[in-house]
Amino acid sequence: MELLDFFLNNRVEILELTAEHLWLVGVAMALAVAAGLPLGVALTRWPALNKPVLGGANIVQTIPSLALFGFLLPAPWLGERADRLAIAALTLYALLPIIRNTYTGIAGVDPAVREAGRGMGMTDGQLLFQVELPLAAGVILAGVRVAAVISVGVATIAAAIGAGGLGEFIFRGVAMVNNHLILAGAIPAAALALAADQGLGWVERWLRPPTSR
Amino acid sequence: MTQPAIEFRNVSFQSGGRPLLSELSLAVKRGETLVLLGRSGSGKTTALKLINRLLEPSAGEVLVEGRATPAWDPIRLRRHVGYVIQEVGLFPHFTVERNVALVPRLEAWPDEKIRTRTGELLALVGLGAAEFRARYPHQLSGGQRQRVGVARALAADPPLLLMDEPFGALDPLTRVELQREFGALAARLGKTIVFVTHDLREALLLGSRIALLEAGRLAGLYTPGEFLRATDPTVAAYVAAFRDGGEIPK
Repeated sequence: MELLDFFLNNRVEILELTAEHLWLVGVAMALAVAAGLPLGVALTRWPALNKPVLGGANIVQTIPSLALFGFLLPAPWLGERADRLAIAALTLYALLPIIRNTYTGIAGVDPAVREAGRGMGMTDGQLLFQVELPLAAGVILAGVRVAAVISVGVATIAAAIGAGGLGEFIFRGVAMVNNHLILAGAIPAAALALAADQGLGWVERWLRPPTSR
Repeated sequence: MTQPAIEFRNVSFQSGGRPLLSELSLAVKRGETLVLLGRSGSGKTTALKLINRLLEPSAGEVLVEGRATPAWDPIRLRRHVGYVIQEVGLFPHFTVERNVALVPRLEAWPDEKIRTRTGELLALVGLGAAEFRARYPHQLSGGQRQRVGVARALAADPPLLLMDEPFGALDPLTRVELQREFGALAARLGKTIVFVTHDLREALLLGSRIALLEAGRLAGLYTPGEFLRATDPTVAAYVAAFRDGGEIPK
């Protein structure tokens, strides 16, 4: 009951920070898809890129998020504003699942389908946009979904560098040993993660090609 | 003599240093069905892919309608040559109609013409357009799928047709049914067909001539009648293997 009162009394700030959180994650996800999708496609065209690109994205993934925010701090344009920095770090984290799923999704298209398309005189672009991407859409979206859920979580750390978001409550709550404050950050963040997962899951089912598989 | 539809001139093909095809010379006459017969790994599929430039020869040249394949725009060439493969390769996210209409759409035919044409083609391969048009490939049997594959290859009325073991994955009954129907269809359409198979019975049924490939080399080129009587040891061994299997009469 006490918690509910706390939420009601602080609803304006909770909503503001939730909006800020969403903005950080939304922009980062848009950037990660814009970069990761073409990179994933490039890996299917030039397999030699496979090791450096996936390796690089993998390494980024292994850096603890707090350390990554710290590493980016001295970067010239990024370091000027905390939200820029947070978005850059979140984008880097989101890249790996998107690149990897784009690559595996396209690589998983039945070779006979690809050969038939090429043999019937489709150009590489036609094959990509009419066949490979539609057939890989479900797998690619599953990657976006994983990335979105990770980003919602990691974005709470962004408050440590002053980028705002629901992490504000959590850090404040930890410092003041106030569970209500921690929950005011954690509950909306968990709800956002669940909503992103559900929403993208719905789009994913809708995009899946009509096959028995 | 008129120009052959397809001609192999001393063609060799290597992949990773391994020769898959050695000095193949062969002419396919306009309107005939030439069967490339041979066991797995004999180079028959390689030869087929050299025709529509999915592969390019390491030495020698392949001429399609008098023009060497590297001189063709590969996209134009492939739309000029129908292609049917064993796994069919229908697009699972396209309906039967859109699958059949693939090349006409790529060629930007008007919608009305595409619709008429797909109806004709489905009827030609023995599928009722009203019933099958809107289905997806996973809603078809193996034989129906292969019929759609043939219809798709014929869609833009290409003068040449390449078929790579198109009936190989079907059950024996369906296979015989499709072979018989396809034989009649081929005779009616008058296309130049190159047909790859390892099945001698199929070769005898469909081929106007049979080229036997063995380890990447042409072991002989015969009409079906000659093939059964040939004294060449490779040919005789191939025939004997099928006779022992009871697949063709002794």
